[in-house]
Amino acid sequence: MSLETAMARPTHHVPSDETLVSIDNLKVHFPVHKGIFRRKAGAVRAVDGLTFEIKKGETLGLVGESGCGKSTTGRALLRLYRASDGKIVFDGTDIASLEGDALRRQRPRMQMIFQDPQASLNPRMTVGAIIAEPLVEHGVMDAKGRKARVRELLDAVGLNPDYVNRYPHEFSGGQRQRIGIARALALDPEFIVCDEPIAALDVSIQAQVVNLLEDLQAKLGLTYLFISHDLSMVKHIADRVAVMYLGKIVELADVESLFADPKHPYTKALLSAVPVPDPKVEASRRRIILTGDIPDPANPPAGCRFCTRCPEVFDRCRVEEPAWREVQPGRFAACHRVEGGEPSKAT
Amino acid sequence: MTDQVSMAPEKVIPPAPGSPVAAEPRKQRTLTADVWRQFRQHKGGVIGAIVFLTIIFLVVFGPSIHGIDPSALNVRERNAGISFAHPMGTDNLGRDTFAQILAGGRTSLSVGVTAMMLSLLLGTTIGVMAGYFKKLEGPLMRLTDLFLALPLLPLLLVIIMLFRDTLRRSFGPETGIFMLIVFVIGITSWMQTARIVRGAVLSVKEQEFVLAAKSIGTRERRVITRHILPNVLSPIMVSATLGIATAIITESALSFLGLGFPSDYPTWGRLLFDGVNFMQINPSRVIWPGLAISLTVLSVNYIGDGIRDALDPRIRGR
Repeated sequence: MSLETAMARPTHHVPSDETLVSIDNLKVHFPVHKGIFRRKAGAVRAVDGLTFEIKKGETLGLVGESGCGKSTTGRALLRLYRASDGKIVFDGTDIASLEGDALRRQRPRMQMIFQDPQASLNPRMTVGAIIAEPLVEHGVMDAKGRKARVRELLDAVGLNPDYVNRYPHEFSGGQRQRIGIARALALDPEFIVCDEPIAALDVSIQAQVVNLLEDLQAKLGLTYLFISHDLSMVKHIADRVAVMYLGKIVELADVESLFADPKHPYTKALLSAVPVPDPKVEASRRRIILTGDIPDPANPPAGCRFCTRCPEVFDRCRVEEPAWREVQPGRFAACHRVEGGEPSKAT
Repeated sequence: MTDQVSMAPEKVIPPAPGSPVAAEPRKQRTLTADVWRQFRQHKGGVIGAIVFLTIIFLVVFGPSIHGIDPSALNVRERNAGISFAHPMGTDNLGRDTFAQILAGGRTSLSVGVTAMMLSLLLGTTIGVMAGYFKKLEGPLMRLTDLFLALPLLPLLLVIIMLFRDTLRRSFGPETGIFMLIVFVIGITSWMQTARIVRGAVLSVKEQEFVLAAKSIGTRERRVITRHILPNVLSPIMVSATLGIATAIITESALSFLGLGFPSDYPTWGRLLFDGVNFMQINPSRVIWPGLAISLTVLSVNYIGDGIRDALDPRIRGR
């Protein structure tokens, strides 16, 4: 199974207009301590003011280069990291401020699929114990019901139910990722954060896992936040795409218009790097090559965060931070250049 | 290239040829059976277990088979060689060495095992706490450094001076001293374990499966017992086996300084140190207790090795 054939498969699910998760000015800062007294010397602003919504049943792609805060965003949404500021409203409940048992009760509704299928499974537990752990922790079934549920889940992710007694090291990468997916599905979640679920897999296996994710979405009506740096895979699976740069979302749009007509210079540069599987087009493809390095997230540049590398930079970018606004219906961007750099209102 | 392909299992893992799984593929495997099967594959572990069990058997039931009183003097037969009546000879007062080794083994082994367990419990608890909870790390590791920096022998002397008589009065001379020695050895030997365990916990807790457990909503206590502890078992096992040896030897040192058990109360360490002065006249007096200590330590080390391998599913599969 090649990637192209996987791409050709239609997506069956239909996202609704209902909002499932709405994020308002989410910030995650990691303090940096220095000196012998470990005084707080500043903070790495891994995620610095995100505002977006995830609709019920959709797949929101989150792309960006390494270290831009994609995974941190995903983990903060599941409250694996504490949000420094902002709101995460999940189906009417602000989970950013929940603690202890109240948070624990929300956990079954949102789950995560991890990047490294090897590291995300405890090597000392059998597959059955791994998948049953969420069921045990939330006490939803008796032992017999759990056993049946584990077999059912293994079957749903395309593994032989007789594998329950095996250990993770006995499986291949793709099979391990399926085990991770089965664990995430155990509690019937509504929302799944897929943190680069295919980055550690071979291309042929990537297609299988992505197809499995799509099938499960169609069957169970799941909502995905699909974090990836593989733009062609995001183009295939996502309904809408958010582009992140240095802790901020620079552009958010539905997948067709984003790939056809990127507004933000960073998105343009990012999309120009996607190879085209056609030698003629590929030969004439013009790449926008950004100069310089990504700035230090502990000490981001003043004004627009992208101003140090932006090919379209002008004076105002270095002084004033562009506001996050809706430039067209359903399309958001944060750039002074978009729509002629009209005066923006502070958010 | 259809849906079926994506849903089909990627490959079926064939069971290893000749393994019991191949014969009955549907049979439920239990962890204990798996571990036991793998342990039997480990030659060193099996030999170690046989030797250690033999030593324990001899020490427990030996005195009823070899019926000589270890403290009975027999001046006519002093410094005797190996004979049928005295399988390990006698000492300068004519006491039977074999009987003394058997009696001393009871004390040495129970001190060794109990002190090891105490130090392991302390070391593991402190190591896991320091590694897992960031707030506790500073205080607990500084406490560990403090204990490491303390001059142990003077500390032991002070503790024993202060508490020996009180404990003797309340628990009787033997139990009192036993408790004191186990306690003293336990609280002065947990630091290495704590440091090693903390290091292992620090690396394990950053792994994604711990994050996965948290995202499931697993309680911290469960994360530690289910995910962290099994994965730091190897260094704990190694500390445990080495701990028995250290405990036996520390007890010997204490007895040598006259701070351990009373002088007429044989332990392996005591026999060894008593024998040192007579080494040139009667070398067997140091060889036998030395051999007993070495054999115990070595066999426990091999057992620990075998158990560690048997508990690791990655090794067990092979």
